[in-house]
Amino acid sequence: MSVGFEVNGRAVNVNVTPRTTLADCLRHELKLTGTHVGCEHGVCGACTVIVNGDAVRSCLMLAVQAKGAKITTVEGLSMEEGLTPLQTAFKKHHALQCGFCTPGMLTTLHALLSEEPHASEDRIRDVISGNLCRCTGYVTIIEAALDARSSYQSGEGDKA
Amino acid sequence: MKLPHFDYQAPVSLAEAVALLAAGDGSARPIAGGQSFLPVMAFRLAEPSLLVDLRNIPDLSGIEISDAWVRIGAMTRWRDLLDDARLAEALPLLPAAIDHVAHYQIRNRGTVGGSLAHADPAAEMPTLALTCEAEIDVVGAKGKRVVPASALFTGALSTSLEADEIIVAVRFPAWPRTRRWGFEEFSRRRGDFALAGVALCYDEDDKGRAKNVRIGAISVADTPIRLKAAEAALEGRAVDTAAIEAAQAAASGEVDPAADIHASARYRKSLVGTLLNRALVSASTRKAK
Ligand SMILES: Cc1cc2nc3c(=O)[nH]c(=O)nc-3n(C[C@H](O)[C@H](O)[C@H](O)COP(=O)(O)OP(=O)(O)OC[C@H]3O[C@@H](n4cnc5c(N)ncnc54)[C@H](O)[C@@H]3O)c2cc1C
Ligand code: FES
Ligand code: FES
Repeated sequence: MSVGFEVNGRAVNVNVTPRTTLADCLRHELKLTGTHVGCEHGVCGACTVIVNGDAVRSCLMLAVQAKGAKITTVEGLSMEEGLTPLQTAFKKHHALQCGFCTPGMLTTLHALLSEEPHASEDRIRDVISGNLCRCTGYVTIIEAALDARSSYQSGEGDKA
Repeated sequence: MKLPHFDYQAPVSLAEAVALLAAGDGSARPIAGGQSFLPVMAFRLAEPSLLVDLRNIPDLSGIEISDAWVRIGAMTRWRDLLDDARLAEALPLLPAAIDHVAHYQIRNRGTVGGSLAHADPAAEMPTLALTCEAEIDVVGAKGKRVVPASALFTGALSTSLEADEIIVAVRFPAWPRTRRWGFEEFSRRRGDFALAGVALCYDEDDKGRAKNVRIGAISVADTPIRLKAAEAALEGRAVDTAAIEAAQAAASGEVDPAADIHASARYRKSLVGTLLNRALVSASTRKAK
């Protein structure tokens, strides 16, 4: 089936079988391999992308269901040179080690802080509980998110 | 795991969706948020020939609050429920319980109708519907019907719905403002399915004795269940320590949960009593409005 949607500000049209998940479509058809696939059944959060402003699991959405949607993947967070404040905070706080969970962490936290720039530490912990990380122990990820909050509060969370 | 092959349609009317399901003769399935059904297909628990996506059908989502009902459209997402401040006034048990459903990203897509149709005995919504004696509005090839929650759930992941029937909405009877309620569940990690859970509500007569006691349990049987012995232990009594302990013992005694890799049967029996105790303490001590 032919499906049109927008990825990271660019209009795309893909031809996929209905069973193709959005995650596989992004990775295999559009070569956006920043979106990682861990469990393929909704448990790990590595595949999180932002669809019409909402963080969703791209392994639990069909590509054909993305028709007309605006999608942001981790590649879309900083298209220009440089890193966004959230990415910079991840680097500063060592919030990644192997990096497998990182795209999902970044997209989830970006969606959260864009919508709730004053999210409390408890709220951030609750939201991140849906994303597994085998390396960091999470503490540094929470620290990075708390550090990046101020840039979302001043409306600069998007700026690289 | 990759999904099995299927065809896909996203009709723009309910009638069209019902016709597609009816023509599929049991092998066509509706899809709402996909947060349960995509994993179900990934595990090959279902291999439908056709998925009928409900997302383009108008008027299937939204929350209406009237004097008689809180009506929730089938395609209303968990996050829509949690975002609606009116519910905390009209039916406070609902948001308190839905707060435990899944994780952030899943709550952005998972729906109320999908959860009822999926009929997972470990899920919150089926037990809430049963406890609150909700009614489910359904449309199928033979027309409309109303299914009481007590007649919807027939087994683990099975319901009394026909293959061509679509849930349109669930209606919760309106609550008196003074109704007391409690919700407790236990899971290893927040957002995971509950090892056991309890939802309850009751009213008080002019002497402060409990009436209309309704207690539902999660994850202790093949379907959501009411804890009838625990309800009887409380009905007509003041909800004090002695009554709460009697209800706790009745609850642990009346359930016959299965053992699985997450918990033994004995543990679940004990847990459901403990959770009931906590839910009753919070219900009976919450400041009345
Ligand atoms: C990691 C993870 C954790 C989760 N944890 C929880 C949890 O703690 N508690 C909980 O309750 N849920 C949990 N869920 C499930 C989640 O809440 C689902 O969103 C919900 O159970 C199903 O809703 P859906 O809209 O995604 O339905 P879908 O997956 O689209 O459909 C589920 C079933 O319902 C049928 N269906 C859907 N809509 C209708 C309709 N309107 N009429 C008739 N049939 C219909 C489908 O054919 C399918 O059989 C979890 C899911 C995941 C992946
Ligand atoms: S790959 Fe999607 S949640 Fe694990
Ligand atoms: S950094 Fe390795 S899984 Fe999170």
